[in-house]
Amino acid sequence: MRQALDSLGFVLVLLAIWQGLHWFAGDIAIASPLDTARRAAALLASDQFWPHFRETFAALGYALLIAVLGGLTIGLLLGLHRLSGEVAEPILVSLYSLPKITLYPLILLVFGLGMSAKVAFGAIHGIIPVAIFTLGAVRTIRPVYFRTARVMRLSTRQLVTGIVLPAAVPELVSGLRVGFALTLLGVLIGEMFASQRGLGYLVMNAIGTLDVPTMMAVVLLLAIVAVLVSAALLHLDRRLHQRAA
Amino acid sequence: MKRATWIRTLVIVGFVLLLEALCRWGAIGRMTMIPPSAMAEHLWKLLQEGRYNGDIVQTLRNVLAAFVLAVVGGFVLGSLLHAWPRARRAVDPFLATYYAIPFFAFYPLLVVIFGLNAAPVILIGFLFGVVAMILNTLNGLDRIPPVLVKTARIAGLGPLRTALLVKLPSAAPQLFTGIKLAIAYSFIGVIAAEFIMSTSGLGYSIAYAFNNFDNRTMYALMLFIIVLVTVVNAFFHVWERRIMARRGL
Repeated sequence: MRQALDSLGFVLVLLAIWQGLHWFAGDIAIASPLDTARRAAALLASDQFWPHFRETFAALGYALLIAVLGGLTIGLLLGLHRLSGEVAEPILVSLYSLPKITLYPLILLVFGLGMSAKVAFGAIHGIIPVAIFTLGAVRTIRPVYFRTARVMRLSTRQLVTGIVLPAAVPELVSGLRVGFALTLLGVLIGEMFASQRGLGYLVMNAIGTLDVPTMMAVVLLLAIVAVLVSAALLHLDRRLHQRAA
Repeated sequence: MKRATWIRTLVIVGFVLLLEALCRWGAIGRMTMIPPSAMAEHLWKLLQEGRYNGDIVQTLRNVLAAFVLAVVGGFVLGSLLHAWPRARRAVDPFLATYYAIPFFAFYPLLVVIFGLNAAPVILIGFLFGVVAMILNTLNGLDRIPPVLVKTARIAGLGPLRTALLVKLPSAAPQLFTGIKLAIAYSFIGVIAAEFIMSTSGLGYSIAYAFNNFDNRTMYALMLFIIVLVTVVNAFFHVWERRIMARRGL
């Protein structure tokens, strides 16, 4: 309870800093929290906002689906075959820390402008953390499980669905949490550069017309959605890890 | 060398050769991608001409500034939070969900506030890196064995010497993880910011070349960034391994 109050206090401190910055920098640079909230409410009520919202979250949905299925498959294959895992892991890690934005022009040249380029760009952001976490999860499964599976003469499919996947689920959710954040980032960056639709485009468009309240309202809405999804995943993550421990 | 290292080298070389072959045979169109050898050749020419030296220096300077700010700021904030548990519990939910916020969307806002110069670019790089450093500082300080701190007290060490001689070395592995992430995130933040909106730097040069259909320059600079970042990250990775090995981890 006290912790919740303290967290609330922290939010109030952030709001106070925001208001202070608004007084310091003026209306042209930073809209006040109240103005931003008003504009956010107006956006939510308007018809122009929702197509952009749907565009971004449809792209996020497809990208996340590709990232999870692809990352899961890569992670499982590499995790079950020891040598492949050893070969691939440093490559995955260095891909993870690469500024993937430099590859965006390549993706635009391959997929053309539009939805598919955004989905592809989001997916390459998300697929690597999911693969790394899955690989780690499969590798740390206790060897006795595999021996038991061999004694019981389980087929590979039974081994994967009966042992590997359930044992890997907690780590998978951790990977999904990181993957979700990065995929959203990828989709938004994709929309901020050479795009005509989506929330990232709305932000860039707002700066073009120096419409600071709209820009901040879109960012605020995005942040709220992202934090809610991430908090839900974090909650699930902690529950699963506790149960596994 | 270990067997896995050999195979890895072969896989990477094979991949580059495959790309080269696909581009040369026309399976990948000229307008989409140029062969890796052509990228390297053009990059060499650009570096010799020095046409992009200014942009390279600027990007590296921004990355360095963001990195130093993130490491120092993250370490100080992390230490403060560690010393003040109540504040730490209050901000904990925010630290945990921080990376979910696509705060890259704040970048245009920073441009409005600071103008189109290096400040918003460095700030975005800093924002990307600082929380990784805070989290790892907290993690490292949490893992200091209490017995070491007690021993320091018995030996009569003051707070400063305890921090320098006992706590810092003991938390070093986690701090190093934070530093490693901070450098990677600084690169990502700075180059992405330059790419989206700026007037100079490597990220900007790539976006500019893309918009002008100058594929050769674009791919040459992409190759430069990929090689540079991989080398820097690998350097930190090897360094970390050394530290870990010395501690028998």
